Amino acid sequence: MLYNEPSPLETRVLTRRFGLANSASIDTYLANDGYKAFTKASAMTPQAIIDEVKISNLRGRGGAGFPTGMKWSFVPRTSPKPKYIVVNADESEPGTCKDRVLMEFDPHLLIEGILIAGLAVDAHKGWIYIRGEYRYLIDIMDKALAEAYAKGWLGKNIQGTGFDFELYTHTGAGAYECGEESALLESLEGKRGIPRIRPPFPAVVGAFQCPTVLNNVETFCAVPPIILDGGKAFADLGVPKAGGTKLTCLTGHVNKPGVYELRLGFPVKQMIEEVGGGIRNGKKFKAFIPGGSSCPVLTAEECEGATMDYDSMAARKSMLGSGGVVIMDEDTCMVKAALRIMRFYAHESCGWCIPCREGTTWLKKLLTRFHEGYGTRQDIDLIGDLSRNMLGRTFCPLGDAAALPTESIVTKFRQEFEDHLHGKPCPFEHANRLVAV
Amino acid sequence: MTFSPQLETKLGEILQRYPEGRQRAAMIPMLMFAQDEIGAVTDELIDEVARRVGVTPLQVNEVLTYYSMLHRKPQGKYHVQICTNISCLLWDGDKLWEQACAKLGIGHKEVTADGRISLEEVECIGACSWAPAIQVNYDFHHFVTPEQLDQLLDGLRKSQ
Repeated sequence: MLYNEPSPLETRVLTRRFGLANSASIDTYLANDGYKAFTKASAMTPQAIIDEVKISNLRGRGGAGFPTGMKWSFVPRTSPKPKYIVVNADESEPGTCKDRVLMEFDPHLLIEGILIAGLAVDAHKGWIYIRGEYRYLIDIMDKALAEAYAKGWLGKNIQGTGFDFELYTHTGAGAYECGEESALLESLEGKRGIPRIRPPFPAVVGAFQCPTVLNNVETFCAVPPIILDGGKAFADLGVPKAGGTKLTCLTGHVNKPGVYELRLGFPVKQMIEEVGGGIRNGKKFKAFIPGGSSCPVLTAEECEGATMDYDSMAARKSMLGSGGVVIMDEDTCMVKAALRIMRFYAHESCGWCIPCREGTTWLKKLLTRFHEGYGTRQDIDLIGDLSRNMLGRTFCPLGDAAALPTESIVTKFRQEFEDHLHGKPCPFEHANRLVAV
Repeated sequence: MTFSPQLETKLGEILQRYPEGRQRAAMIPMLMFAQDEIGAVTDELIDEVARRVGVTPLQVNEVLTYYSMLHRKPQGKYHVQICTNISCLLWDGDKLWEQACAKLGIGHKEVTADGRISLEEVECIGACSWAPAIQVNYDFHHFVTPEQLDQLLDGLRKSQ
């Protein structure tokens, strides 16, 4: 059973089989266009597959938004080394729970997307790196893999095409940092999840020192519909520079939180009001995180006219990110929100780069002090300074991910920091307590 | 060290998943699945996994200390993980956390005296749209109300 009711405003491309009986089984998949895209792709040249993905304007759905077709074209097909496919299913960006439903309700869609990527870059082996907390999904994926092997959609000479592919799951063990591509590769190899310096990029030197295509679950899941219906049809669903749909996780203070598949370019206001059913308890909308806690926070005013796509968010100095939308109402203490986000990054910083390791912990301490009412006016500027000093000074984007939301909150909601000064208790919690009495 | 036949089969199969000479890659999955059966990553397990993947016990120890789900001490029979990260916080996940601590009289990463229940305040578990969320061992519970948490903990105290 799905976790939330679908919305009539959704454009269901990746989620088109959701809600069917036994949607995770290979029989349901095969009866509903399953593996047809692989059959079509196996008759295409690798270059034609990559071109189709380029035409679709598919951009990476894990958060960075890099064009997928271009990423695949960086793999040196003529390299004598084996090429690998690695799936990032280490979904741990706060606010994000979309890869979970894709794997739970349509695991064969992911397998088919991986196979097509294998055809495109001449890879014959792959791993799905699934976060350890998602053990039930590892069981679902393992079952789907066994079905695919049994019915000849994995293994040697798949459906008589002469193409071989071995696919496995790989469990993580609890580390947000391993969602970063190079740390994920280290972890896959049985090491601590610390990032690698780039270049070389994984397309050239990835898993086990071999050329590797590494994409998010949702990115691979978009590939079968692109091949089946054509790249143009997918591109036309979105906006000029970003094609298709995005699984969007509405979280926070809305009446109908849930995961919804919306076309790229969907208006933010309509998403909150009509898809999400408006702000809970008739409260006023205050702040918005577009795609996971790493994105700079937008105010309600900044959301006027905004649409859910890469360019609209970039124009507002934020990011589309992973699709983890966090909506906050007028009663939310932004100091507390900033503190909770920073506690997370301080916990998850791998410790490899000093600006991130030290910066996140200092900021956590500062924000804790602030929220408890012991902050000084000087501290407000210090929070901004510390954040800016982390930006761009680390191997991987975790440092930026911690700095960007904090800097945006302290700048845009400075008054709330001022309201916490001089030993005042948190005005929001204080107000709530009075209401409760 | 001996494992159940099912786990032995699983560990043997995991070892085959990686390229020749890269068996170290099996280390973390082997530790995760073996830990579920044994209850913790024991010294004996470290030695066994090190031997099977061809590294030193020190190298296994270096890796396992990085990962929050690998633990050297046993947890409770029911490991209750409460998310208080941003999306759950906005649905009062932090209050659920305080409620559980008060009810059980234990704190973060502590176990009740009878060894039945352990508590952990966790970072995002990927249930943000169905917040507030908790996990008991590997099972998710969504849209958890204070009353449901209370009943759940009572049930875990009594169940076999």
